[in-house]
Amino acid sequence: MARRIPTARKTLTTAAAWTTGLVIFFPILWIVILSFKSEGDAIAPPLTMLSAPWTTEAYTTVQERSDYFKHFWNSVVISVGSTLIGLAIAIPAAWAMAFVPGRRTRDLLMWMLSTKMMPAAGVLVPMYLLFRNFGLLDTRIGLVGVLTLINLPIIVWMLYTYFREIPGEILEAARMDGATLRSEILYVLTPMAVPGIASTLLLNIILAWNEAFWTLRLTAANAAPLTAFIASYSSPEGLFYAKLSAASVMAIAPILILGWFSQKQLVRGLTFGAVK
Amino acid sequence: MTFTLRALLGACAVGALAAAASAETTITVATVNNGDMIRMQGLMDDFYAKHPDIKVEWVTLEENELRQRVTTDIATKGGQFDVLTIGTYEVPIWGKQGWLIGLNDLPAEYDVDDLLPAIRGGLTVDGTLYAAPFYGESSMVMYRKDLMEAAGMTMPDAPTWDDIKAAAAAMTDKSKEQYGICLRGKAGWGENMAFLTAMSNSFGAKWFDMDWKPQFDQQPWKDTLTFYLDLMNNYGPPGASNNGFNENLALFQQGKCGMWIDATVAASFVTNPKDSTVADKVGFALAPDKGLGKRGNWLWAWSLAIPAGSQKVDAAKAFIDWATNKDYLALVASKEGWANVPPGTRTSLYENPEYAKIPFAKMTLDSINAADPNNPTVDKVPYVGVQFVAIPEFQGIGTAVGQQFSAVLAGQTSLDDALAAAQQLTLREMTKAGYIK
Repeated sequence: MARRIPTARKTLTTAAAWTTGLVIFFPILWIVILSFKSEGDAIAPPLTMLSAPWTTEAYTTVQERSDYFKHFWNSVVISVGSTLIGLAIAIPAAWAMAFVPGRRTRDLLMWMLSTKMMPAAGVLVPMYLLFRNFGLLDTRIGLVGVLTLINLPIIVWMLYTYFREIPGEILEAARMDGATLRSEILYVLTPMAVPGIASTLLLNIILAWNEAFWTLRLTAANAAPLTAFIASYSSPEGLFYAKLSAASVMAIAPILILGWFSQKQLVRGLTFGAVK
Repeated sequence: MTFTLRALLGACAVGALAAAASAETTITVATVNNGDMIRMQGLMDDFYAKHPDIKVEWVTLEENELRQRVTTDIATKGGQFDVLTIGTYEVPIWGKQGWLIGLNDLPAEYDVDDLLPAIRGGLTVDGTLYAAPFYGESSMVMYRKDLMEAAGMTMPDAPTWDDIKAAAAAMTDKSKEQYGICLRGKAGWGENMAFLTAMSNSFGAKWFDMDWKPQFDQQPWKDTLTFYLDLMNNYGPPGASNNGFNENLALFQQGKCGMWIDATVAASFVTNPKDSTVADKVGFALAPDKGLGKRGNWLWAWSLAIPAGSQKVDAAKAFIDWATNKDYLALVASKEGWANVPPGTRTSLYENPEYAKIPFAKMTLDSINAADPNNPTVDKVPYVGVQFVAIPEFQGIGTAVGQQFSAVLAGQTSLDDALAAAQQLTLREMTKAGYIK
């Protein structure tokens, strides 16, 4: 029999959940509101701003001034490309670490994660020189490479924790039935870990989509993704809040929609395995 | 037509296209997002008509982002940019370091002698012009003529700080959210410190003496800050420690400021009836003085320069010549009107009778002429720059000192403590950088 939960407690929990949700969503809501105001109204005190007339002027200006689809396409190529390559490297790596761990596997995992602790600015100049020498500055392929490397530790860690939840006996049984290593990973392990792999994929696409340090510093005119598109609307002399908000809404909309559609998958994956 | 002939013609066409493509040079221009720059991007057809072999690609970035991005590229000779938009702060430093290509060989029609002497002086290092000014600005007083009239006062063309204080007191009516004066308070070397450094020059203060020793422990800085805090606390808007150029612009346009002392470029915004509720009520005056021979106004020019790593110097020079010569000013005037012409770069613009009709034209010119970056303070100093000190360390030090002064305005610390902290941190950084032995 299901446990009975008092109505008061249910109401309280619901209210708390809604409040938390709204607080987290509030900045995005504010950006959306600002994007539909004129520049003069957008910088006015909140109450005046809210009562000011609505307009799509900022969106029209942004559309006229920037090539949104070029930046959008760069974002898609960079985030999807880096995530897929990352997964292709991380799935075998995580398999090895989860099912045939060596003496130093734990140290190796910690060392991989430790690279995330270094401030990115610390390696900016060597990275920039490498990019220059290999002709990778302002290229999508260069950014795909660097984002793959940056997100690889997270991908390996996430997959490792998912794989550890899968009983090794199943893989052993597959081996007994004559499965090769390739078919063991492809046809036995991967289908069982689909929710974990899907959430890793989605989370890394989001991380790569939002990455703003390297994407701003290693690009110029050709490979600049949506982060550079947003950055171009900040102005030292002249009002820009409405245009900046409109550009931000246009930049986050695709990833927000993707997030909504894949919400179920994302939550299932995140609560599966040890990463909660 | 036989197949062979068709194939041959096709091959010729492809060859011709390839040749045309290879003859085209693409230059990348790094720029900030401001009205004049955006306007130029809309007028590129004129450039392409004159230079069909050059294609221009734009990279627009936020000011500080641009500075970091371009510094990395120049220092590593990345060659990502062919033309940079930089300010009067960077040009002397980068020019001296050999990071920029000299522009002394611009064609005779460019008429380099037509550039305003103060602006040209700020972009020249040891006789070499390292950047061509795209638009220049100083700072001046913008005030509400209607409020001054209602208070029975008139604003002199060249006011003193005491005139400003009296006007601010007369125009303040906090019950109507009407504040006598709006000034920058947001921390940053290019925000509150630009204003306060320029203001301090008129009070006889300076950043460093001839031995590079910081001067925040001297009386003139205390006088400057005391006067500034008095103005802001009594006649300024609430929360002024968060206000920079854009916040004050919005306040002034909404009719909440009696006066605003800031960049001359703001004049075109506050007199534009589309955005400003006080467009027809604004008067202009020179930045105030204290009777010591220096006014509290600054000098800045957003300029175009070529980084030493560029492989396309000729095309970059052609672009800079087009964007900053007299014909460009005439082009903007013909398409968008004289009020939208980039101001503050050429003497001939201010001699043009059409341009003289713009209400803020004369005051902008007088303000620019009143600033001397090579001789910015009452006493002699070892540095160049009116509202900044043109040394690489200044960005960091200026912002740290700006945070101290912003904190005083916000009421988080006392003036004496802030001045002591400013002195200490500047002394530490200058010693570390080797200026003080």
